[in-house]
Amino acid sequence: MTKTAKRNCSIIGLAAIAAIIVCVGQFAPKSGSQWANLRTVLQLGTIYALVAVSMNLCNGFTGLFSLGQAGFMTLGAYTYAILTIPVASRAGVYYLYGVAGWLSNIVLPIPVALLAAGLMAALLAALIGAPVLKLKSDYLAIATLGFAEVVRIVIASSPLNRITNGSLGLTKIPGFSSYYGIFIVAVICIAVVVLLINSSYGRAFKAIRDDEVAAEAMGINLAHHKQMSFIISSFFAGIGGALMAMYMGAVSSTTFTIAVTYFILLIVVIGGMGSVTGSIISSLLVIAAREWWLRPLDQTQYIGTHQVPLLKAGFRMVVFSVILMIVVLFFRKGIMGDKEFNWDDVAKFFRAIGRFFKRLFTGQLFKKKSKTPEAGGDAK
Amino acid sequence: MDTFLQNCLNGLSIGSIYALIAIGYTMVYGILRLINFAHGDIFMMAGYFMIICMTDLLIPWYISIIIVIIATIILGVVIEKVAYKPLRDAPRMSIMISAIGVSYLLENLATYIFSAQPKSYPYDKMGFLSSKVTLGNISTTLVTFITPVLTILLVIALVILIRKTKIGMAMRAVSRDFETSQLMGVRINAVISFTFVIGSGLAALGSVLYFIPRASVYPLAGSLPGLKCFVAAVFGGIGSIPGALVGGFLIGLSETFVKGSATLSQYSDVITFVLLIIVLLVKPTGLFGEKIKEKV
Repeated sequence: MTKTAKRNCSIIGLAAIAAIIVCVGQFAPKSGSQWANLRTVLQLGTIYALVAVSMNLCNGFTGLFSLGQAGFMTLGAYTYAILTIPVASRAGVYYLYGVAGWLSNIVLPIPVALLAAGLMAALLAALIGAPVLKLKSDYLAIATLGFAEVVRIVIASSPLNRITNGSLGLTKIPGFSSYYGIFIVAVICIAVVVLLINSSYGRAFKAIRDDEVAAEAMGINLAHHKQMSFIISSFFAGIGGALMAMYMGAVSSTTFTIAVTYFILLIVVIGGMGSVTGSIISSLLVIAAREWWLRPLDQTQYIGTHQVPLLKAGFRMVVFSVILMIVVLFFRKGIMGDKEFNWDDVAKFFRAIGRFFKRLFTGQLFKKKSKTPEAGGDAK
Repeated sequence: MDTFLQNCLNGLSIGSIYALIAIGYTMVYGILRLINFAHGDIFMMAGYFMIICMTDLLIPWYISIIIVIIATIILGVVIEKVAYKPLRDAPRMSIMISAIGVSYLLENLATYIFSAQPKSYPYDKMGFLSSKVTLGNISTTLVTFITPVLTILLVIALVILIRKTKIGMAMRAVSRDFETSQLMGVRINAVISFTFVIGSGLAALGSVLYFIPRASVYPLAGSLPGLKCFVAAVFGGIGSIPGALVGGFLIGLSETFVKGSATLSQYSDVITFVLLIIVLLVKPTGLFGEKIKEKV
C-alpha cells in the first residue's frame, strides 16, 4: 500500500469511528434495547481504554510490572468526587458525618477537577515511586499491589470521614452534560500518551524494557525515566478513575479492588503488551463481551419447556475468565503483539483469508499445510 | 496483661496459618521464580470444599479434612499442569499473568457456584477442635492452641524432607539451577508437581485452621490473606522455609497487636505492607534469603 492510500484509509477509518460514536450518541435509546448496550459499551470501553493505555505505558512500554492501578484510580475518583459534588447535595451525601468546614464550599469546574484528580494520583506515585521502583519485577508487583490496598484502607478509615465519607462512599457525582465529554477527555489523554511514546522519552522507555543494563550503558538515567513513566501512568490512571466515578455517579472504597487491577491487566495482555492500539481494541472488545455479548449467559433460558443447564447469575464471568485464560495461554502476544495498528497487516490479513477461501472452494484445503496466520496475530 | 497474652496467642495462631500458606508461595517461587497469585484462591476453594463435605454431604470432620486436603492437592496440581506448564519457556511475566488469570477464574467460579454471599463454615461440628479452652483469664478455642504447635511440627518435618531425602535434594537442585539439574537427570516435572502437592496440602490445612475461628467463607476470602502470606514469605527470605515460619509469625503478631490497639485498629492491614516496604528497602533478600546475583 502506498503512503497516501494508507493515510486515506486512516482518515476514513477515524471518521467512521467518530460517525459511529455520534450516531450512537444521537440516535441510540438510553435503555431498553440492544442499542442501549452499545451506548454503555462505547462509553465504558473508552474509559477502560484510557486506563489500559496508562497501564500499558508502565507495564508494556517501560517493563515495570506495576499492579497499583486500582489505588491510583481510587485516589483520582475520590479527588474528582470531593471537588465536584454540588454544594446543594453535599448535606445529603455527607448525612452521617457532616462535611469538613474548609471543604464545604469548594466546587471546581469539571475539567479542573479532572486535572486535579490526575495530579493527586501523580503526587502519590511520585511519593511512593522513589522507594518502590528500586524493586525488581515480582517484588514491584507485590509492593504496588500492597500500596493500592493501603490507599483503599486509608480512604475508608474514620479520621477521613468528614472528607471521604468513610466507608459509605460518595454519591451524586456530576458528569459531563453531553454524551461526548468522556470520549473527548479520553481521546486527548490517549493522544498525549501516544505523543510521549513516540518521543525520545518513549524510546528510552522501550530501551529500559528491552534491556536495563544496556539502556543504562547507553546513558539513559534509569531511575529518572522509570519514575517518569510511573508518574505519568498514574496521572492518567487517576483521570481514568475520575471518568469512572463520573460514569457511575458514585464511588466507594470497594469500587476499585485488586480484581479491577487484574481485569485491566488482562485487557492489556489481550491487546498486546506494548501496543496502544491493541489496548484500545481489546478494551472495547472485552467490555462488549462482558457487558453485552455474554449477558444472556446470566439468565435462565428455556428451549421449549426444557431449561438450559448451567445458565444462572455468574456464569457469564466464568465463561469470560475462561476465554481470558485461553488468550493468555495460547495467544500469548495478544491481538497486536507489540506492534501498532497498521494497514499493511490488515491488507495481509484479508489476503490470507482470501487465499484460504480460494483453497476451500477449489478443494485444495488439505493438500498442503495451511499457512493462514492466526487471527490472534500469534504468528511471527 | 491478659489482653497482651491473648494478643500473643491469637497472633501466634494466625501467624502460623500465614506461615503454612507462605510455605506454598516460597517453595513455588524458589523453584519456578513465580508468584503463584492463585495460591490464596486455592486456600479459599479449600474452605468451600470443607463446606461441601460437611454441610452438604454430612461427612464427619476427621474424614472431611482428609478429603479436603486431597481435593485441594488435586486442584493445585491441575492448575500447575494446565496453566503453568505450557508457559515454562515463556518470559516470566507471561507465567505471572497466567497465575493472575487463574486467580480471576477461581474467584469467578466460586462466585458462580457458591454465590457471592458468605457461606457459613461448619465450625461448630469440628469435634474437639472447636471446643472452648480457658487458661486463667484467657478463653479461646482449642484450635488456636493446636495451630502453632502443628505448624512448627510440620515445618520441622518439611525441613528434614528437604535436607535428607532424595526428592528434597532434587528440589534444592532445581531451585539452584533449573537447566543444569535437568541435564543431570532430575525429573523436573515430577519435582514441580511435588512442590505443588506440598504447597496445596499445607494451604488446605491452613484453610481448615483459618476458617474454624472465622466461621464464614466468601469468594474473595483468599485474596488478602494470600497477599499477606506472600509478604510473609518475602519477609523471611523467599525460598527459605524457616524464613516463611518466622515471617508468618512476625506478620501475624504485628497485625494482631495493631488490631488490638484502640487508635490504629482499622489500619491492621496497612502494617503488613509497610513492613514489606521496610524489609525490601533495608534487606531485599529477606531475613534468611540467599543473595541473588544479577546477570547481564
